Amino acid sequence: MSKLLIEDVSMRFAVRRGDAPVVALEGISLEVADREFSVIVGPSGCGKSTLLRLVAGLDEASGGRLVLDGEPITGPSRDRGMVFQSYTLFPWLTVRRNIEFGPKLAGRPPSECADIATRYLEQVGLQGFENAYPAQLSGGMRQRVALARALANDPKILLMDEPFGALDSQTRSLMQELLLAVWEQSQKTVLFITHDIDEALFLGDHVFVMSARPGRIKERVEVTIPRPRAVEVLTSPEFIELKRKVMGAIRVEARKVAAAG
Amino acid sequence: MLARISKYLTPKAEIPGGVYLSVSTLTGVSLFAFWCLLSYGGLVRPDFLPTPDAVVAAGYEGLQDGSLLKHTWTSTSVILSGFVLASIISIPIGILMGSFKLVEAAIEPVTNFVRYLPVSALIPLLILWIGIGVEQRIAVIFLGTVFQQIILIADTSARVSRDMIDVSYTLGANRRQVVTRILIPATLPGVMDTLRVTMGWAWTYLVVAELVAAQSGLGYMILNAMRGLFTDVIFLGILIIGLLGLITDQALKALRRWALPWA
Repeated sequence: MSKLLIEDVSMRFAVRRGDAPVVALEGISLEVADREFSVIVGPSGCGKSTLLRLVAGLDEASGGRLVLDGEPITGPSRDRGMVFQSYTLFPWLTVRRNIEFGPKLAGRPPSECADIATRYLEQVGLQGFENAYPAQLSGGMRQRVALARALANDPKILLMDEPFGALDSQTRSLMQELLLAVWEQSQKTVLFITHDIDEALFLGDHVFVMSARPGRIKERVEVTIPRPRAVEVLTSPEFIELKRKVMGAIRVEARKVAAAG
Repeated sequence: MLARISKYLTPKAEIPGGVYLSVSTLTGVSLFAFWCLLSYGGLVRPDFLPTPDAVVAAGYEGLQDGSLLKHTWTSTSVILSGFVLASIISIPIGILMGSFKLVEAAIEPVTNFVRYLPVSALIPLLILWIGIGVEQRIAVIFLGTVFQQIILIADTSARVSRDMIDVSYTLGANRRQVVTRILIPATLPGVMDTLRVTMGWAWTYLVVAELVAAQSGLGYMILNAMRGLFTDVIFLGILIIGLLGLITDQALKALRRWALPWA
């Protein structure tokens, strides 16, 4: 049985009153199995972030159905943790308090919250920074805290919206490895969004390629590269072959977006 | 030497701390020296420009007969009452207005209209309504600051990152918790900045109110001194207002650092 089921989902919004609505997503159907790492890749403006927001329950789909563990998604919930591209740590809380935020809201006793925070601090390698405020951290460290904070709620699925998009390429590469290590340890189901093909293929079990305007799932690519993966796979012939395939599909879409202005 | 000076004249270039301090001291000393030259040198009549020692003497006299402390205390208590009252009202309204369209719809149009009315134009009306007592001056401070504070605080509240609010929903927060645990703390640094800015304006309104109608206060002291051509007392009043403004500003700055070490 699938963990997450997205069935014929569409999304339209009216940009201005009276104008014809913009079709952001149309006929999106996909399935994510338990403990799988799924990546959606597409050109900017294809609606992939919109799709993730629908899964998070932050927006409501115009049509279709989204189901997690057999339950329809009706609004945001602590079952679906999310990491954004922008820095969303609460600047008035220390690293530790940021991670404890979810468990505390859920009414867990303080000692348990502290244990959870310690565990995830360790997983993302930030021991020694627990009393720092977000402003004192680098971008990569902030995103590691954001990941720990999302995981601290023990969500059923982890949603990531280009979480490393604002980082420099060296940091991004380190973060990808760290994410894989954390994922292998936590065995979470992950839905990850990116426009970076290397990132998609390096992280994912499979990659959904999205088309633009309206956004649809164009192709599902199995990433056959064995795990655990290290950066070296990026230059393997197998990786390059997959990359060629995805790149071809995406370039067609990117051109469409560029032509549409 | 010339090369170094040329380097200091590069836009946005940093200069050594010692140079910075010397230049600012030089400005202060020059201004004071200019004042001394004009007054002691007899270039300006003493009724127009008092000598520095006359101002000190006026201050000493005021301290001796207690009038200076009384005026200072009256002004300070009026400004604090009006300012605290305005802040108690503007902080919650501003935070809600920046984040709830319903509150914005209810409050913003009126606030935007009223805030462009110069509060000095309301003083005659306020005198008619509440007289010339201390309440009238508190009302002037209150009306002069509250609407500005609401707009400025609403701006900060509106700028709280949408993603930060969304992420708290996905962490299990409900709407009430988003207000109490995200919006309020996220707005606090902006609130503190707003208080500092509007405190400066409050001093202006205070003196205007005291010049028009008052029996005590620094503005009244200045006006009264004008009638007798006591320019030394006028200077004293101006210096004290400047000093009090500086002290309140520094106090609010220190409060911000102490209360919000993370910002």
